Amino acid sequence: MRDVAIIGAGMIPFGRRDEDSLMDMLAYASLKALDDAGLGDKSVNAVYVGNMGAGIIQHQTSIASSLVDRLSLLPAAADVVENGPASGGSAVKNGLLAVASGYYDYVLVVGGEKMREITGWRATDFVATMTHPQAEYPYGITLPGMGGMFTRLYMEKYGVTREHLLAVSLKNQEMGALNPYAHVEMTLDREGIFDSPHAVVNNPVAADPLHLYDLCPVSDGAAAIILCPLEMAKKMAKTPVLIAGFGQATDTHTLQEREDPTDLKAVTLAARQAFEMAKLKPGDINVAELHDAFTILEIAESEHVGFFKKGEGGKAAAAGKTRFGGQIPINVSGGLKARGHPVGATGVAQVVDIVFQLRHELPKNRQVKNARHGLTVNFGGFGNNVVSFVLKRIEP
Amino acid sequence: MPVDMELEAVLRPTQYPMPPYPPKTITLANGKKMVVRQAVREDVPAILKSVHPCLFIERDYYDIVSARLYGELLAWYRYRVKSEYCLLGQVDGYLVGIVNGRLENEKVGMSYHTLAIDRGLRIGSHLFAAKMEYHMEYLNQESVLIVAESPIGFRRWMIEYPLEKTDIPHELGGGDSYRLTRAIYKAAKPRLVVGDRPVPQELMDEAEAEIKFADDDTIRERIAGLKGR
Repeated sequence: MRDVAIIGAGMIPFGRRDEDSLMDMLAYASLKALDDAGLGDKSVNAVYVGNMGAGIIQHQTSIASSLVDRLSLLPAAADVVENGPASGGSAVKNGLLAVASGYYDYVLVVGGEKMREITGWRATDFVATMTHPQAEYPYGITLPGMGGMFTRLYMEKYGVTREHLLAVSLKNQEMGALNPYAHVEMTLDREGIFDSPHAVVNNPVAADPLHLYDLCPVSDGAAAIILCPLEMAKKMAKTPVLIAGFGQATDTHTLQEREDPTDLKAVTLAARQAFEMAKLKPGDINVAELHDAFTILEIAESEHVGFFKKGEGGKAAAAGKTRFGGQIPINVSGGLKARGHPVGATGVAQVVDIVFQLRHELPKNRQVKNARHGLTVNFGGFGNNVVSFVLKRIEP
Repeated sequence: MPVDMELEAVLRPTQYPMPPYPPKTITLANGKKMVVRQAVREDVPAILKSVHPCLFIERDYYDIVSARLYGELLAWYRYRVKSEYCLLGQVDGYLVGIVNGRLENEKVGMSYHTLAIDRGLRIGSHLFAAKMEYHMEYLNQESVLIVAESPIGFRRWMIEYPLEKTDIPHELGGGDSYRLTRAIYKAAKPRLVVGDRPVPQELMDEAEAEIKFADDDTIRERIAGLKGR
């Protein structure tokens, strides 16, 4: 197996992009990554597209075939990878394996989703199609509903409080306000969403005990990377970023079948595999992008990947340990909370954000000093399919 | 333009007596204080400057809401509507939202429009709630008739309160009216109607000194910018 590096990364601003089709967004992000890689006339051999909902929302299938034609990349191999909200991470994994195997040299991985052309409740219903079709969906469960129940259990078992969730929300919105790619470039104020009696309107209950600002927005967006063998990457202009480790693990489809629903086993296993492959430990990571579709998930994942002991993640967030400049900066991009969560794009966007960090390209107010190792966790279903990467800066 | 006051006496509708809406402040999600106060007729030209750029924004039906609001405010300014009022939301003096309505009669209110000029802060929700507060608590009305022109409005008013459906035609045309009753208002008030009174004098002075408005491009960006507010 060959070592695989990322030589190009690109992303378009997330948000509500009424004027762009899904294909436009995938193409824009791809072109940005291709430009960033400076590939010149070298052909891309294969394209992997992470997407969850084109068949449902846009009533369009075979979008990878459409994209290669749009980008004039014919006759490159092209596949769509659908794995719920972990579609992006799975697409990166497929691209990685394709290059590592020696079969392809240059691979484009792009993730994208266009969710704002349907109403919010239809988007929530669309995401809920990943739940169990007999045991969950018919009873009206939604992902925020699952998030609410998970939060309640986590609060009871580990003492997580609304103060802890608030710390994550304020932190990620603060960082998102600095990120030009973020959907919600707006800082929040503790008084406005928590202390003031007016918070009952500003930050209403969404899925008890989660409130509006504990949830990520519904977004349009796309992100892309270019992969090639590390040895070839060393000859390219940009600082290569090695995919030093990856892991993927699954868990029961329904939450009710888990021995302990607060135990996100797939997160633990995926991160452990990634760390073992990279020969690194959680303490070696300088910056992480975790899947904070709900604030509780950032806290829980920060424990399950090994940054903190069980029950310590909330306290760590409240103590500022996960802030920019803290012990382990988490979601310096703003995370899903502020950057947004176009489901098929998220796993790729997390990788793009870590690439920017490891290439030391970000402005001072977001660049983690001397960042060498980064971690991503892309959380599919409600933790039933998780993809994790450890990325490593290769010094020029 | 020359005005024939004798003819004006015929054209101008008589007004129901309307006690004033007492101003209040609301802390927004970003920590800013929004002053909610009643506009006076002389404020209308300044308000229209903020409504005008919204006429050309198709997103979320801003064009139709703005066009109708523009006409309603102009009608109030030119004395061509009966018993209309307008409430404003201002942050740092800047106009961030407008709501208006009128009295159909002494017992029934007619809600007109809600226009949020800055988005993502639930300004529309706060101002619509203030409008209902005015009808119920200060004008002492029994009910308010309401229609929505946008899906967002439908979600905010019809579903969140929730309002009761009627077969009463609304003055704006369109679908039949939904109705806010005193009982619905009382049930919704704890979770939807907020605000502090009295307004600190410095905030009130700032709001009344000048209705500031952002330039057209800023308004368009705030409402329909790429960031999807």
